[in-house]
Amino acid sequence: MEERITIAGFGGQGVMAIGQLLTYAGMLENKNVSWLPSYGPEMRGGTANCSVVISSEAVGSPVVVNATSAIIMNKPSMDKFEPTIVEGGKLFVNSSLVDRKSNRDDIEVYYIPANEIANELGNMKVANMVMLGAYIEVTKMVSIESILEGFTKVFGEDKAHLIPLNKEALEKGAESVRNQIAATV
Amino acid sequence: MAIVFEKTKGLTDVQTHYCPGCTHGIIHRLVAEALEELGVLDKAIGVAPVGCSVLAYKYFNCDMHEAAHGRAPAVATGIKRVLPDNFVFTYQGDGDLASIGTAEIVHAAHRGEKISTIFVNNAIYGMTGGQMAPTTLVGQKATTAPFGRDEAHCGKPIRMSELLATIDGAKFVERVTVISPAHVRKAKKAIKECFKVQIEGKGFGIVEVLSTCPTNWGMTPTEALKWLEENMIPYYPLGNFKRPEGVE
Amino acid sequence: MAKVLMKGNEAVGAAAIEAGCRYFFGYPITPQSELPEYMARELPKVGGVFLQAESEIAAINMVYGAAGAGARVMTSSSSPGISLKQEGISYIAGAELPCLIVNMMRGGPGLGSIQPSQTDYFQATRGGGNGDYRVVVLAPSNVQELVDLIIEGFDIADQYRNPVMILGDGMIGQMMEPVEFKKPKQRELPPKDDWITNGTKGKRKPHIINSLYLAPEELEAHNIKLQEKYRKIRENEVKVESYNIEDADVVIAAYGTTARIVKTAISQLEREGYKVGLIRPITLWPYPYDEFKKINPQCKGILTVEMNTGQMLDDVKIAVEGRFPVYFHGRTGGMVPTPNEIIEKVKRIHGGEM
Repeated sequence: MEERITIAGFGGQGVMAIGQLLTYAGMLENKNVSWLPSYGPEMRGGTANCSVVISSEAVGSPVVVNATSAIIMNKPSMDKFEPTIVEGGKLFVNSSLVDRKSNRDDIEVYYIPANEIANELGNMKVANMVMLGAYIEVTKMVSIESILEGFTKVFGEDKAHLIPLNKEALEKGAESVRNQIAATV
Repeated sequence: MAIVFEKTKGLTDVQTHYCPGCTHGIIHRLVAEALEELGVLDKAIGVAPVGCSVLAYKYFNCDMHEAAHGRAPAVATGIKRVLPDNFVFTYQGDGDLASIGTAEIVHAAHRGEKISTIFVNNAIYGMTGGQMAPTTLVGQKATTAPFGRDEAHCGKPIRMSELLATIDGAKFVERVTVISPAHVRKAKKAIKECFKVQIEGKGFGIVEVLSTCPTNWGMTPTEALKWLEENMIPYYPLGNFKRPEGVE
Repeated sequence: MAKVLMKGNEAVGAAAIEAGCRYFFGYPITPQSELPEYMARELPKVGGVFLQAESEIAAINMVYGAAGAGARVMTSSSSPGISLKQEGISYIAGAELPCLIVNMMRGGPGLGSIQPSQTDYFQATRGGGNGDYRVVVLAPSNVQELVDLIIEGFDIADQYRNPVMILGDGMIGQMMEPVEFKKPKQRELPPKDDWITNGTKGKRKPHIINSLYLAPEELEAHNIKLQEKYRKIRENEVKVESYNIEDADVVIAAYGTTARIVKTAISQLEREGYKVGLIRPITLWPYPYDEFKKINPQCKGILTVEMNTGQMLDDVKIAVEGRFPVYFHGRTGGMVPTPNEIIEKVKRIHGGEM
């Protein structure tokens, strides 16, 4: 098993953060993991992306070129990374900010109105966690518990009070994608 | 019979390589005496430069560290940060301190590094054979200024004491010379006061010593002393530029 | 100790502190600034000193002073900054002082880019400064190995009184992987009190730290002594990972993060039935030349893969001594080779098309 994930969006949407949470959770579940950010000036205001690898074997290349899954938070990232997903791979689209459907018919695509869901939860900042919840629900790559266990490790103990909100965001994301699957079956 | 003078323990028995009439020897002695008299010789670490005093590590009777050209204040910083209770000094010439090592001396002073610097200014590159220094006077001849230093071409000589005195971290700045017994006594007093600034943990201190280079100036030692007095002192005025508040 | 997920640059700092390093002198440069930031935050907590120098030149000379005073000390930078440090590295090697230098390489020449590269191989292994000296060069390919080599690197530096360089790249500095802090193998480290400059205390002759020997006989003797030390390092400190080289039709030579990409390519090639081996030097100096003698005599060729235009290639050719054709695949400027590019090259070598 080797899952190669691209997570991409605007700087400030928390794409690096959910990448780290996913990586941390993978480590807690004794999987081999790596997280690699794009870095440099593009971090400042432009698009940001990171590569996460979760594998049963030692991680080879930490650079994700052909993703098995992609979490896409905005339109420019959709245009850039949609074509890189392998056949049979999974694409998670933040439909609040991406106003088009996928052009691919050889991958599984999930649309999650992450910003609207986050808004309903009263905090726009958790849109990334909504997307992560949807991803976990479909791939079962790690558990929500592991994500929450890693939360303070990634963000620091002083952010522990945000765990309930983030847990809710993960669950809402999962629920959203469950409803979508149910509707298509 | 009472001993009225003896060689300081701060110097080794190695014979120096300095040219006849050069005042490095006197300055070495003053530094060594100051180390001994202040009781810091046993915990002193000196940093030698590149230039005429490159072999200073053979002459001072304490631990010595030979630095790259201009980098003595950075090396001294490294030593002092590891050994804050030891006494750390640099001994540098004008090419070393005022040209290739300006960044290092300015920033060591700026950080208020608790080290002491002896800066020997003889207005020439001695070791390499008489090339123009940043402190060479306008009109003064050097092998790389064969017609004399031309201000329009390479500017006026740099006054390091005045420059360093503007920096908050520099707590003691004084310019002296050693061209007469009276000046030698004043120079020693300045060096001791400068060293005390470090010993008392007050910050960075520097003593600039105007020195002669009869060989590269093309003069006899006595002519050189006279030339220094008549030409260097008017451009590089002697005196204290800075001392810690409340100290005289 | 449990595994923690750490960014490479921060892991360097944690490993250095674990190894007893208490002094860090550096200057900011992308892509390694997380390391000085980490040290600025963490060293004071353990009674250490972080100092941001006015330049790379000053930083390495502060290291020179601190190492002379007997401290475990380090600096770090990225390519253009490492160029500036070369003067100091030469002095430290000449004066035989221990220290650790980290280079998280970025694209060059000149200001180049901030993306990962391996273009400082020549500079690191051939000596970027003046004189006949060597620096032990360690090339980790994952964050765990980075941590292990930092910890062991300090010991190697102390054992031989020689600078040790960790040659990483922007990728390993920026990426996060799980790490565990383990004790290195026990080494007999020589005492430092017979050479450090920490004041005579009136009890011994002065110590002098120096690289100047004006008499030719003395400098020659000093250089012969250095070479004798380098011979011992060559004998004792070579580290290499190799995989399936006795049986391979094609062997790939790669180091650092590039070797990981090569491993991904090799897995794919094996699934397709190709027999491909790997030699991954972990010490770039001393170079594992002897490892290449174990390669299957029927091997069709050696492919060197690097993030540059061919630098380790020279060492591979020296190692192979003309027994096999040597090929090269490199990307540069911050471009990273992909497994598919490597797979394609291997297939062409295998098929006799190159």
